[in-house]
Amino acid sequence: MAMRAAFRCASANFAAALPLRSRVVPQPVYRLSWPRTLTTSSPLSSALKFTDKHEWVRVENGIGTVGISNYAQDALGDVVYCGLPEVGTKLNKMDEFGALESVKAASELYSPLSGEVTEINKALTENPGLVNKSCYGDGWLIKMTIDSPAELDELMDEDSYEKYIKSIEN
Amino acid sequence: MILLRITANRWGFLRGAFDVGCRLASTSEGALKRTPLYEFHRDQGGKMVEFAGWSMPVQYKDSHISSHLHTRQHCSIFDVSHMLQTKVHGKDGVKFMESMVVGDIAELKDNQGTLSLFTNEKGGIIDDLIVTKTDLGYLYVVSNAGCAEKDSAHMQAKLREFKAAGHDADLEFLDYALIALQGPASARVLQAGMCDDLTKLTFMTSRISKVFGIPECRVTRCGYTGEDGVEISVPAKHAVQLAESLLKDNAVKMAGLGARDSLRLEAGLCLYGNDIDENTTPVEASLVWTIGKRRRTTLDFPGASVVVPQIKGKTTRKRVGLLSEGPPVRQHTPILSPEGKVIGEVTSGCPSPCLKQNVAMGYVETEFSKVGTPVKVEVRKKVVDAVVSKMPFVPTRYYTGK
Repeated sequence: MAMRAAFRCASANFAAALPLRSRVVPQPVYRLSWPRTLTTSSPLSSALKFTDKHEWVRVENGIGTVGISNYAQDALGDVVYCGLPEVGTKLNKMDEFGALESVKAASELYSPLSGEVTEINKALTENPGLVNKSCYGDGWLIKMTIDSPAELDELMDEDSYEKYIKSIEN
Repeated sequence: MILLRITANRWGFLRGAFDVGCRLASTSEGALKRTPLYEFHRDQGGKMVEFAGWSMPVQYKDSHISSHLHTRQHCSIFDVSHMLQTKVHGKDGVKFMESMVVGDIAELKDNQGTLSLFTNEKGGIIDDLIVTKTDLGYLYVVSNAGCAEKDSAHMQAKLREFKAAGHDADLEFLDYALIALQGPASARVLQAGMCDDLTKLTFMTSRISKVFGIPECRVTRCGYTGEDGVEISVPAKHAVQLAESLLKDNAVKMAGLGARDSLRLEAGLCLYGNDIDENTTPVEASLVWTIGKRRRTTLDFPGASVVVPQIKGKTTRKRVGLLSEGPPVRQHTPILSPEGKVIGEVTSGCPSPCLKQNVAMGYVETEFSKVGTPVKVEVRKKVVDAVVSKMPFVPTRYYTGK
């Protein structure tokens, strides 16, 4: 709890909220950088699942790859620093596992699932902007084991997430 | 992930952190105040956020970093109409102003301005402001949007006392828009729309002028970015016309609160509510230079008996600049001695787009306040090296005419 509180404080610069809705700039709120056909492919393959805090996870061969959504990267702005956990860190679903920082904001990351971190995206150390450029591809954050596959069912699929984004924008 | 909070900027910023989603609900936005440029911002792709009860653009289509760098390389328009603009009239106007602020207003030349501070009886800072002594017989005062209600109530209460004592002064709150043009190209861009020679308008001077055909504009060479630039007080109905005229020059882009905050931080300028407040004195805040020489002897500003002895004596803490590498340092980050003892706290901080390292300011125990002192900052449980550094972090480029 103490850590959580510290996190919140650290990021709480005096603040205006982020433009998490852009009625101003009408644009598709959902622009996945990979083909939409993925949504219709086998559920056992690489469909994306989303949290209501805008992380995504894609499961392949029993390992989940985690990143943030296009909506989130757009709201955060140019990412200049990625604070990621060590390999081996055990996470429960919804645990904070790090933070992404732009010039104006710090944003905590929450684990979509329970499991152990098996890999972090080292490319982000030198090039944190990958999170903006390719949030569903090269800008992934961590890979993790999936301790409770059932937790996947609690996450949103692409269509639900798209609806969710619309609901928070209106 | 989306408990984002952002730093916005000063000249207009009330402190107060809030979570994203909730404040931006369209229902609450309906109640927010709008500047004369509100529709214009939206047309320009501005992302509107609440700031100090106003709906203001935090950024436009360009990223925060691009907008920040564009301002340093070319120039940007910032809508700062939410700030409180006041005229102080009357033959005792200077005396009235001096009864509230630390500066020597009487010594200002005609059309010269200065940064000053409203102080309370304890020497705490009520707000920071720019006072310009115009050659038209009134003082032109600009203070923070976040303090507008407090400032106007304070000035009105002081005015009642002042008048009751038989003096002559009056207040007029303006409904003009205020547009800042900031960056090295500002003077060139503005000169195209002005007959008056801008080479004669030096930093912290002001004049009334026609600007791009719009009469009654007050152009003051000042700003909140560390760059050359102006703030133009323009009749509200002409605000959009002025912005459009400026934007015709390719060097000019719109910029929002995001860039404004990172620019002012690189320039070492305080944000009221973050870096100074009613519990910090001008001496603690390293703003001694704002206290007029004469005022130090006459001791006739609020809190003088507390503040003036601090100038020669010592305060227990002092505002300093900090540079560090690694994870960004933000407000409330603890500052530690090399041995790990807490010696202060960061009041503003961000990764500097120009320097590619973290810039911050905060208060430390005075013995650690010397430039070059190694300290540490505790960021997300991690202890990181930092060094007390001189401010501005990025050299200022004010136009002094030299």
